[in-house]
Formats: sequence, structure tokens, C-alpha cells
Amino acid sequence: MSELAAHGGAEHHPALQHHFTSLEQQRAASSLGMWVFIAQEVLFFGGLFATYTVYRTQYPDAFSAGSHHLSWKIGFFNTLVLIGSSLTMAMGVYSAATGKKNRVVGFILATILLGSVFLGVKYFEYGDKIRPCFGDGSHAGCLVPGERFDASALHLAGPAAGHAQIFFSLYFGMTGLHALHMIIGIPILLLIAYWSWRGRYSPEYHTPVELVGLYWHFVDIVWIFLFPLLYLIGSH
Amino acid sequence: MSEQLAPESQPTHPRGHVVSWKVYLAVFLALCALTVITVQVAGHDFGPFNLVVALGVAITKATLVVLYFMHARYSERLTHLVIASSLAFFVILVFLLLADYLSRPWPLVAAG
Repeated sequence: MSELAAHGGAEHHPALQHHFTSLEQQRAASSLGMWVFIAQEVLFFGGLFATYTVYRTQYPDAFSAGSHHLSWKIGFFNTLVLIGSSLTMAMGVYSAATGKKNRVVGFILATILLGSVFLGVKYFEYGDKIRPCFGDGSHAGCLVPGERFDASALHLAGPAAGHAQIFFSLYFGMTGLHALHMIIGIPILLLIAYWSWRGRYSPEYHTPVELVGLYWHFVDIVWIFLFPLLYLIGSH
Repeated sequence: MSEQLAPESQPTHPRGHVVSWKVYLAVFLALCALTVITVQVAGHDFGPFNLVVALGVAITKATLVVLYFMHARYSERLTHLVIASSLAFFVILVFLLLADYLSRPWPLVAAG
């Protein structure tokens, strides 16, 4: 009988779906699903990291020169911004768990703001490398792999200049995929902030806040590896 | 009928584990410090260990994020299994790939 009550009784939490026995079971199932998704993401990015490893072992000098050309200060700044956004995200989940609705909205909006700062910096960083590739001029400074790629600023000649293109392919590929994850994450965060503001979440039920938090922290972790691997090869 | 039944006997105990915000702040400060360290060590030449040092710091940072920000320290064992298996498969991917590439002449395609 108590089984019946748990399933269909009037007492049950509105967020509890009928195929779960309790909110706790529902939360555990959702959380596990998110972790399986993240495990998939590890291997999704893993392919790029593996590619990076193979080419870096083959062309260490070209990778070092390419990395040297990136601004570590920009990468450093963005790392701190992203770690800060992870803190605000964690505080958002904490506020949801302790039932502070307004703070949840505030912390999520702060997370979105910091994520946007990161992407804004990335926009200018990409721009400096892409802009010279357009037009009829010399294309000096063009760092997009392809015919217009200009290795003169990297002080590389011969085949090493070509190998640097592999570095920049991986640079754009890895940071681009990472940025895409943030671009996807920000609208989801906005939606969660909206639902939170509408009072959908409580200390008993705030699984979506937790799950978007897991996603955001995962994206942070990817950057934690990208920063030293792309910006900090060789000494400065 | 169901109105007569007692509300769920399961105590609505605070779901998951609520970690103090102070822990989050401490983790954040540790991550900032490790970011400074990773830049500092990049300025030194440890020879073949440059990559090992850089990855060591990054792995430490990632572990802090997973354990505290992502609550892995307080989560179910099944979650731990998922995390461990994703890492295991990533290691297999890199290990076997390198075992293959590093044991062959490079470049793979003969010139001309």
C-alpha cells in the first residue's frame, strides 16, 4: 500500500516522475545519465588530445614555435575567468540545494557573464590570426592552416613551417570545440536561470541545476588541459 | 484511501551532500594558485619532464574540480565506476595509439 502511495499518492512531489519510486532515486538516475554523457565527452575530446600527443611527439619544434606565438597572458586570463565561472556555478548549485532562489539566479547569471567574457577574449584572439588571411595583400601573420598560412612570424622554415600548420589546426580544432561547448552551455544556463526564477527548483528538487553544473565544470576541465598544452610549450 | 496513509516513510533527507561554500572558495583559490604555478613551471626547463610537470599540475587541478565542484567525492559508487571507466578508455586510446606510432618509421608515407 505504501508502494501505491509512493507511486500515485497525492503526497508525491510534483517533480517526481511516475516511473521512479523517490526523488532521490530520480536524482541518482539523472546524475548517472549525465556522468555517462560526460564519459562520452571525455573520449570525444580524447580523440583530439590523442592526435595532439602523436603530432607533438613527432614535431616538437614546430609545436614549441606555434605555442610560443600564442599569448600565454591571454590564456592565463581566460583560465582564471573560466575557473571563476566554475566557482559561481558551484555556488549556484549550492544556493539551489539550500533554497536561496534569488542567489541561484544571480550565480547562474554571473556564470553566463564570465563565460561570455571568455568567449569575447577568444573572439579577439581568433581575429588576430584570421584577419590577415583575407584580402589581396601579403597575408603576413595569417595563422589559419592552408595556402595563406604564414610561418614567418614563427621563425620556421622548410618542412617545419608546414608542421606548424598542424599545430594551428589542432589549436583551432580543440579550442573551437571547447568554445562550441560553451556556446551550447550558455543558452542552457539561461533556461535554468529562468526556470529557477520561476520557482521551479527547491532543496528537494533541483537536479537540472546540478546537471548543468556538471556540464559546465567538465568544460572547465577541458580548458585546464588545453591551457598548458597549447599556450605553455617551451619556456617563455 | 491513500489519504489515510502516512506520508512517505522515507525521510526527505537532504539530498546528496551539501558542501559548505567555504570548500568551494578554497578549491577556487587552490585552482588559481595552481594556474600561477603552471605558468611558473613552464618558464623552467625540466628537459624531458616538461610535459610531465605541466600535465601533473593540470591533473591535480582537474581532480580538484571533479572531487569538489562536481561532487564526485560524495557521489554514488556507480558514478565512480563511470568516471574510472572513461579515464581507463582514454588511457587505452592514447597508449595503444602511441605504441603504434612510436614503433614505426615517420613519416608513414614515403616521400615522392
